[in-house]
Amino acid sequence: MKILVSAKRVSDPNAKLAISSDGTWIEGDVEYVMNYFCENAIECALQLAEEHGDIETVALGIGESDETARFIRQGALARGIDRGILVSADEQTTDSDLIARIYARVAEREAPDLILIGKQAVDGDSNQVGQLLAEYLGWPQATFASKVELKDGEVVVTREVDGGLETLAVTLPAVVTADLRLNEPRFAPLAGIMKAKKKPLDELELDDLELGDAKPKVRIVKMSTPEGRKAGVLVKDVDDLVARLRAEARVL
Amino acid sequence: MTKILVIAEHEKGAPKKLTLNTLEFARQVVAHAGGSYDLAVLGSGVGGVAQALTGYGADAVYVADHPDLAHVLAGPYAKVIADLAQRAGADLVCMSASSAGKDVLPRVAVRLQAGMASDVVGVVQTAQGLAYRRPMWAGNLTGDVVVETPVQVVSVRASAFDALAATGGASPLVEVAADPQAASARVRYVGFEGVVSSRPDLAEASVVVAGGRGLKDRFNQITEPLADLLGGAIGASRAAVDDGYAPNDYQVGQTGKVVAPQLYFAIAISGAVQHLAGMKNSKVIVAINKNADEPIFKVADYGLVADAFVAVPELVGKIKALRA
Ligand SMILES: Cc1cc2nc3c(=O)[nH]c(=O)nc-3n(C[C@H](O)[C@H](O)[C@H](O)COP(=O)(O)OP(=O)(O)OC[C@H]3O[C@@H](n4cnc5c(N)ncnc54)[C@H](O)[C@@H]3O)c2cc1C
Ligand SMILES: Nc1ncnc2c1ncn2[C@@H]1O[C@H](COP(=O)(O)O)[C@@H](O)[C@H]1O
Repeated sequence: MKILVSAKRVSDPNAKLAISSDGTWIEGDVEYVMNYFCENAIECALQLAEEHGDIETVALGIGESDETARFIRQGALARGIDRGILVSADEQTTDSDLIARIYARVAEREAPDLILIGKQAVDGDSNQVGQLLAEYLGWPQATFASKVELKDGEVVVTREVDGGLETLAVTLPAVVTADLRLNEPRFAPLAGIMKAKKKPLDELELDDLELGDAKPKVRIVKMSTPEGRKAGVLVKDVDDLVARLRAEARVL
Repeated sequence: MTKILVIAEHEKGAPKKLTLNTLEFARQVVAHAGGSYDLAVLGSGVGGVAQALTGYGADAVYVADHPDLAHVLAGPYAKVIADLAQRAGADLVCMSASSAGKDVLPRVAVRLQAGMASDVVGVVQTAQGLAYRRPMWAGNLTGDVVVETPVQVVSVRASAFDALAATGGASPLVEVAADPQAASARVRYVGFEGVVSSRPDLAEASVVVAGGRGLKDRFNQITEPLADLLGGAIGASRAAVDDGYAPNDYQVGQTGKVVAPQLYFAIAISGAVQHLAGMKNSKVIVAINKNADEPIFKVADYGLVADAFVAVPELVGKIKALRA
C-alpha cells in the first residue's frame, strides 16, 4: 500500500508580515515553518505505516525548489516518510486549484491508495486542495479528520463538522484531509535527520507534468492589513464592568 | 449581468440563518454587477424548507429532493449542485463557509471548471473587475482576489453579512430530478455524534460566552450560568477543546467557527492570533483573565483582570440582581 502526504512550508503566522511593494504578496525577512496541518497528515501516515506495516509513504511539496526540498527533508523524511517528490513552482501564483492539479498528476504517476493532506494551508487559508483533488481524480473524500482507521480496503474517518462529529467510511483510493486534533506530531529524531539526507527526493518541473494550462484560476489583486481593534479600558471590578456594559455598551 | 445560484442550508425542516447571510452576499454582487439570483434546496423531504424560502427575491427556488441527499456528502452534493448550476445558467455558485460548504464547494468548482474564492467577507470593485475580499494568514492580512474563470464559486463567511430580510413576492418552486447515485458510490455514512444543546447556535447567537484552557474541568460550571442568563451560546478556545473541557463544535477561531455577536466574553482565553481570527469582529468584547499582560486585552473593549472562578459567578449574581 502507498500513502501520499503533503509537505508545504508557510510563513510563520505568528511573525509580523509586510506587504510587497506591488501590493499583491508578502515580502521581507519571513520565517517559514511546516504548515501545521501537513504535520498532522505526516504523523497520521507514519502511525498507519507503523500499525499496518508494508505501507510506503511519499511526501509531496510544491514550491520554491531549494527551500521546499529542505522542508520535505526536515519535516517529512526526517520524521520517517520514505521518500519525497518536489515540484518547483512559484508560491505566489499557485492557487489551490493549480496545486490540486499538480497533486492529481503526481497521483496518476504514483498511484497511491490514500492521499493524506492538510485541511488548509495557514497562509492562504483556502481549505480547498483536498476536495478539488478528490474531484479531479474522481475519488471519494473525507475532510477535516480527527480520527483515521484503515479497515478492509476502506478508510474510516471521524470528521469535525458543525454540530459535532461525523463518521464516514470511504473506499480506497481516497483523499483524507487532516484536522489538528488528529494527533500530536512527533519531533524528528536525530538519527532521522541523518537518514533523511540519503532518502530519495525526486525533483520535477511543472513542464514535466503536462498540465496543459499551468495558470491559476484565482489571482490576488490587492493585499492590505485589516484595521486593528483599539484596546478598550480595564475596568476596576465586576460592579464597574456591569455598570459600563449597561450604560456605555448598552448590552445588558 | 450575473446569474447567481445560492445553495440553501437547513436543519430540522427549516432554513438556517446562514442561508440568509449568503443571500445578502448575493444581493451585494447583484448591486455591483447587475443580474439576479436563484436558490437551490437539496435534501430528502425538503419541500417545507423550499417553501419557506420563496419570499427572498429569488427568480426560482430549485428543489432537489432525493433519499440519497439525506446527508450532506461532498461527492453527490457537488454533482447535483453542478448539474443545477448548468441548468440555471449560473455563473456564480455560492454557499456559506460552513463545514458543509467547505466540504462540497471545491468539488462543484472542478465540475464547472470554475475558480473558487473561500471564506469571502466582502465584494469590492477594482480596476481588474469585481473582486472578493477574504481574510488570509489567520486574518492578519486581507486579500482582494479576482476569479478569472467564466463560472465562479464562492464560499461566504456568514458572520460578515447581515441576514437578508424577506422581500415579499413568491419565487416559483421548481422541482428537479436529482441524480446523485453515480457520485454516491464508495462513500458510506456511518453516523453522527451531535452536541445536544438548548442554547442558540454559536454561529447565530447575539451573545457568546467563550471559555479557555484556564477554566479547566470547571468549564461548564463557569460558562453555562452566564450563557443561560444572557440567552447566549457557549464557545471555546482550541486549547479548551483539545484538553477535553468542551466539544469540538464550540471552537472559535481560524480553524473553528467565526462569530461576530453583539457581545463576546473571552474568559480565561489568552488571545492567540488563531483565536482572534474567529471573534475580533464582535461588536463588544469583554475579557476576563487573571494575567493583565495577555494579548486578549489588546482587542477587548472591557478588560477585567481577575480570577474567573470568582469574577464570573459574581458577574452572574450582579446581572441577576439588576434584573430582579
Ligand atoms: C494552525 C492552528 C490553528 C489554530 N486554530 C485555533 C482556533 O481555531 N481557535 C483557537 O482558540 N485556537 C486555535 N489555535 C491555538 C492557539 O494558537 C492557542 O494555542 C489557543 O487559542 C490557546 O487557548 P487558550 O487561550 O484557552 O489557552 P492558553 O493560551 O493556555 O491561555 C489560558 C489563559 O487562561 C488564563 N487563566 C488561567 N486560569 C485563570 C483563572 N482562574 N481566571 C482567569 N484567567 C485564567 C491564563 O492567564 C491564560 O491567559 C490554533 C493553533 C494553530 C497552530
Ligand atoms: N505548495 C504546496 N505543497 C504541498 N502541499 C500543499 C501545497 N499547498 C497546499 N498543500 C496541501 O493542501 C492543503 C490545503 O491547502 P489549501 O486548500 O490551499 O488551504 C494544505 O494543508 C497542504 O496539505
